[in-house]
Order: sequence, then C-alpha cells, then structure tokens
Amino acid sequence: MKTLLDSTHLNITLQRLAHQLVENHLSFKDTVIIGIQPRGVFLSERIAKLVKKISGNKNIDYGVLDITFYRDDVHNNNMPVPSHTDIAFSVEGKCVILIDDVLYTGRTIRSAMDALIDFGRPKKVELLTLVNRRFSRELPIEPDYCGYSVDTILTQKVKVYWQEHDGKDEVVLVDKLPAVTQQEDAPARKKKK
Amino acid sequence: MPLSVKHLLGIRELNVQDIEQIFKTADNFKQVLQRPIKKVPTLRDTTIANVFFENSTRTRLSFELAEKRLGADVINFSASGSSVSKGETLIDTVNNILAMKVDMVVMRHAASGAPWFLANHIDASIVNAGDGTNEHPTQALLDAYSMREKLGSLKGKRIALLGDIMHSRVALSNIYCLNKLGAEVMVAGPPTLIPKHIEALGVKVEYNVKKALEWCNVANVLRIQLERQHKPLFSTLREYALYYGVNKDMLDSLKKDIVIMHPGPINRGVEINSDVADSNQSIILDQVENGVAIRMAVIYLLSGKREVVE
Repeated sequence: MKTLLDSTHLNITLQRLAHQLVENHLSFKDTVIIGIQPRGVFLSERIAKLVKKISGNKNIDYGVLDITFYRDDVHNNNMPVPSHTDIAFSVEGKCVILIDDVLYTGRTIRSAMDALIDFGRPKKVELLTLVNRRFSRELPIEPDYCGYSVDTILTQKVKVYWQEHDGKDEVVLVDKLPAVTQQEDAPARKKKK
Repeated sequence: MPLSVKHLLGIRELNVQDIEQIFKTADNFKQVLQRPIKKVPTLRDTTIANVFFENSTRTRLSFELAEKRLGADVINFSASGSSVSKGETLIDTVNNILAMKVDMVVMRHAASGAPWFLANHIDASIVNAGDGTNEHPTQALLDAYSMREKLGSLKGKRIALLGDIMHSRVALSNIYCLNKLGAEVMVAGPPTLIPKHIEALGVKVEYNVKKALEWCNVANVLRIQLERQHKPLFSTLREYALYYGVNKDMLDSLKKDIVIMHPGPINRGVEINSDVADSNQSIILDQVENGVAIRMAVIYLLSGKREVVE
C-alpha cells in the first residue's frame, strides 16, 4: 500500500481544484455542481463548500446523482443498493460540473451523463475528478479538472478516504485488497490496515 | 445485494432482507417516477412477457408500465382469444413464448401453484402476478410498502384483513408479508369465508367487523370474490353489506383514525361504501401508485440473476 496524497497534500489539492473552478466560472451564475453517488459525494461536498467560500456566492446549486439504473453491467454486477438522487433545480441550459473521486474506465461517467440528460439539456458538462488513473480508460472520457494523475495496473486499486466518513483524509494505492475490504462501504474498511 | 430467490413465486419464500431490499429499491424508483422523464434505461436489453390466463386491469397495467419504465421490451398475452382455447397446455404456451427469446415471465393463472409448476420446467425468471387462491406477492409487497409509508415501521402495528379471506390470494400473501415484518394480523369476516385452522398462520380471527376495526391501525378490505364462490356462502350481497361492509358511520364511531386500504377492484356498496373508499383515510390510490415502483424494484432485482445462454 502506498500513500498518494496525505491529509495536508489532499487539502491543498482540493483548494487548487476549487480555485480552478472559480477561475473558469467566476460567480457560478449559470453553473451547477453535481456529485456522483456514493463516493463522489464526499468530494463534491468539500468542493462545493470551498467554491462558495472563494467565489462569495452562497447560493450555488448543488445536487447528487445516483447512476445505478444507468449502468451498463446490470446483469453481472452484484445489485448494489441504489443511493438517492437529489437534484432540486433545473439543469436546462446550465453548465454542469460532474464530480467523482476516481476516474478509471470511464463507464461511471458515461452512465452519469446519460442520467444527467434525463433531467434536462445542459449547455455544457465538465468533469472534475480527484484521481485520474491514466491508461485504463475503456471509453473516450477525460477530466477537465484533475487532482492527481497516477499510472496503475489492473490489480491495483485507488482508495480515497474522507474524514467525515472514514475518519481520515487520505488517498492510497492498494496492490490487492484483502477479501473483507472489497465490499464497498463495509464498516471493516474503517479499521487501520 | 441480489434477492435470495431466482423467481418471485410467493412471499413465503422471501426472507426479511429480501423484502427490505425490495422496499429500498422501490424508494428510488418512486423518485424516478416523479421526474419529468419517468424512465430509466436499465433493462433495455431485456424482454418480458406478461402472460395472463385470468382477467386483470390494475396488475397487468401496473406490470406493463413498470417494465416500460425500466426500458424493457414487453409482450402481452391473455388467454382469451389465444390458442389456449384450442387446447394448448401451459408448458407449451410458455415455451413457445420463450422461444421468441424472452428473459422473464410475469404470470397470472387461475390454478393455485401454477407458477411453481412452471418454475420447474423453464429457465426464465418468473414473477407470480396471482395464482388462484394462493398468493399475489407483488400486491402484498405494495400493501406493506404503502402501510409503511403511512405508519413507519410495521413492527407491532395491528393490521386487519376484512372480508373474503377464503378466496383471496391477497389475504394469504399479506399474512406472510406482514408477519415477516413483525406486524400483528387479524382476519375478520363471515365464518363461511374464513378458512378453518387459519390461526395456524399466526393470525387472530374475529367475526365482528366493528370489533376488528376497533382493534386495528390499518384495515385492508378485500373484495368479495364471487367468481370463485361456487356455492352460496352468504345469502345476499345486501345482507353482506349490512353486516360486514365498512361504512362511514362505523369509521366515525371509532375513537381513532385508521388507514383504509383495498387492493381493487372495489365492489362499491358491498365490502366498502363509497364514502369510505373516497375518504381521506383511504390510501387506495396511493397503493396503485406504489404498485408501479414496487414492481419495478422486483423486476430490477430479479433481472440480475440472468443465466448466460451460450
């Protein structure tokens, strides 16, 4: 296991991403932020908070999107319990910033774009990810904002831990996960390995 | 987490985790149904046959809508006007439908146990949409889901099933489902319409509807199934309405507000009066609304179990 970003480094990266967003979208008048359930939401909440502080606009539209019903692997996945979608505003004609923690094959983002378009026709969609696993894409999707790029092989896994959910801020590269920790969101993951 | 079963034949085979899983998934589908685009592409590669050997309005429309909202292709079959009247057997009929590459069968049949029989002979997943006087699992699920929406957890809640218990598949499925969720269940109606030894299922029996209403938090009023009663079990519908029907005066005389449910179709003025069915205590139309979400959840969760055919 290798630490890619420790707490200090992670928070500096988040600051940079938030500043980049404000640089491109200034007051966020026609821009909304949408986090992808379940793990992208921790990141999107942090980013939304930082962006509100930096831009001075407290009323930025923020939502979360669940993509379970839009996945392309319904018949061979393990039927995960879907999370909630909460988009209480119109995305019609808006610039949408999609946020997820790790960009890997690109399939999640493909599903997210499908799901998003069912809520209206955004003017533009941008992608922000904390970690970009390069050279492992299965679809032509690249991030517009990226926190950290890493070259990985199939058996490796990137895990992002969040203070509010896992008790620490850290990004690690794991070579092979022990069986108990492979299940998403299992409480066992909170234990120190 | 997939369901513990490959088919949804009856509530009896489900465990509590399955039921909770169906409810959780239905919550999300209910949300989808409130959007401007009420459809998801999840099952766009799936074909589902609705095979109805018995009449139905609500259940068939509800299943069909659920399937379409999930993006599945749907074919409908009803026995009247089909080759069943030429003497084709159940297995032959279904195998012919499956030969057209169908992935799932939703089936209603007048014979109790028909879906179990079919499950032993075909590979596709089967959803029981009502078999004779035995089970109607999706109805029980949507009933329990609607009760939960209204009352919160069903643990310790008192549910009365009123009317024709003997011929009602809704009653049996409701009893299994509510028992599993920890509710107390009572059946009430005329003695001729309550099966002997039904206490063995862990329910209370009452012959006085008024007393049952006083006891319960929710009254699920069931339809008098005249088409299944081959001998006279009560003298006239008028008499039944008088002694066992639920009316507004009766509800007003209770010292509490109870929730009124009915699986439909309603015999207005027989088991339930219009002023009760249309009152604000009634959640009959919520049941219908929830039916689509529950059926989407069941179909979605069962479709993960597809066996790959080489």
